[in-house]
Amino acid sequence: MADVRLTVNGAAREGRCESRKLLVDFLREDLGLTGTHVGCEHGICGACTVLVDGEAARSCLMLAVQADGADITTVEGLMRDGRLHPLQEAFREHHGLQCGFCTPGMLLTALDLLRVNPAPSEDEVREGISAVLCRCTGYHGIVKAVRAAAVALAPKPG
Amino acid sequence: MKPAKFEYHAPSTLDEAIALLVRYGGDAKVLAGGQSLVPLLNFRLARPAALVDLNRIRALAYIRDENGLVRFGAMTRQRTIEFSPVVARRLPLLREATRWVGHLPIRSRGTIGGSIAHADPSAEYPAVLTALDGEVVARGPKGERTLAPAALFETYLTTTLAADEVLTEVRLPAMPEGAGWAFEEFARRHGDFAIVGVAAALWRGGGRVTARLATAGAGPVPRRLSECEQILERDGLGDAAIEAAARRASELVEPDTDLHASADYRRHLAGVLTARALRRARETARG
Repeated sequence: MADVRLTVNGAAREGRCESRKLLVDFLREDLGLTGTHVGCEHGICGACTVLVDGEAARSCLMLAVQADGADITTVEGLMRDGRLHPLQEAFREHHGLQCGFCTPGMLLTALDLLRVNPAPSEDEVREGISAVLCRCTGYHGIVKAVRAAAVALAPKPG
Repeated sequence: MKPAKFEYHAPSTLDEAIALLVRYGGDAKVLAGGQSLVPLLNFRLARPAALVDLNRIRALAYIRDENGLVRFGAMTRQRTIEFSPVVARRLPLLREATRWVGHLPIRSRGTIGGSIAHADPSAEYPAVLTALDGEVVARGPKGERTLAPAALFETYLTTTLAADEVLTEVRLPAMPEGAGWAFEEFARRHGDFAIVGVAAALWRGGGRVTARLATAGAGPVPRRLSECEQILERDGLGDAAIEAAARRASELVEPDTDLHASADYRRHLAGVLTARALRRARETARG
């Protein structure tokens, strides 16, 4: 068993688990943060994507022990003061989700995409979100939502 | 728990990592970015007695540009390479190939050393290493050795690295100023492993053309297409020479059939993608 101390959504958290435990399972089972979804468990579907030290990464392809000392952001960390994050707001506005299973991974993948490319073209959004599979195939709404969020998140002139 | 039980070690120095590999005598696996190894653990296709995680070894993550040679610490993330101004300037072919490696969230963790040591023949970095005459440095209990791609890649997912050796550095000669380049790849979905990929670089100097070509996914190891390079170096970069080189590429490769594509289809793709890569490399070349 190994101790894991990390920051999740701005708060210090700790747990104790086997070294073979995946980060996604640690977040869900040990920390009770079930917003991060377990999908394919081999890095293809992207449902489990979280931010690790600010960068999107698959939490099914990391061991919890590897996240010791890391700063993790999950979907639970996106709301501020009871208000949806502008990206979440855009997903709601533009029908960027149907069943919602891929949504946590889509949101964190899109957040990372907008950080490295604050004004992506439609093609760039499509390439970026190709990291996450939506089996409802609601990609049109997701693309619209990410582009709308880019506008909402852009620094206002003046 | 998805993975089978293993003992986990995260040493902070390379010497400790090598000592651990010696101690486990072949029963340990080296964990780099984990984007290929962790799926194998999750499926229990790999059941090592121990993992030696290199992620805490800070000294293995760097990009150094000295005397025409760019040296990458094995644990340099693909994402770091993608956004590195040094790589954009000195190794634009590597930068372009990086965009084909999985997706951004995969590249956040995946490393250059891990990708090369994993030796998946359809992976992009082994093809770039082969095309650009790069080399890797490996360190084990008896010291350090340097390996050219032909001496490193043995067959599918197999290198000549010993069980107690760690790939520590990847060296790529900087591309000359004005060189043209292209990485062309075909996969069923963006971000999937290549069915076939082609890395190409071209430059002119001293009144002659130099061409560099290698394939991914068209055989058990990345394949350098020296005979195609010779066609271009002899006949120039006209359409006829490019078509002749592309035809030769489809003859030279030795692909196998698997569930993703037949050998014939891969052979065909090797020719088509070689032509595309050469035309685009010609467009980007200056001088």
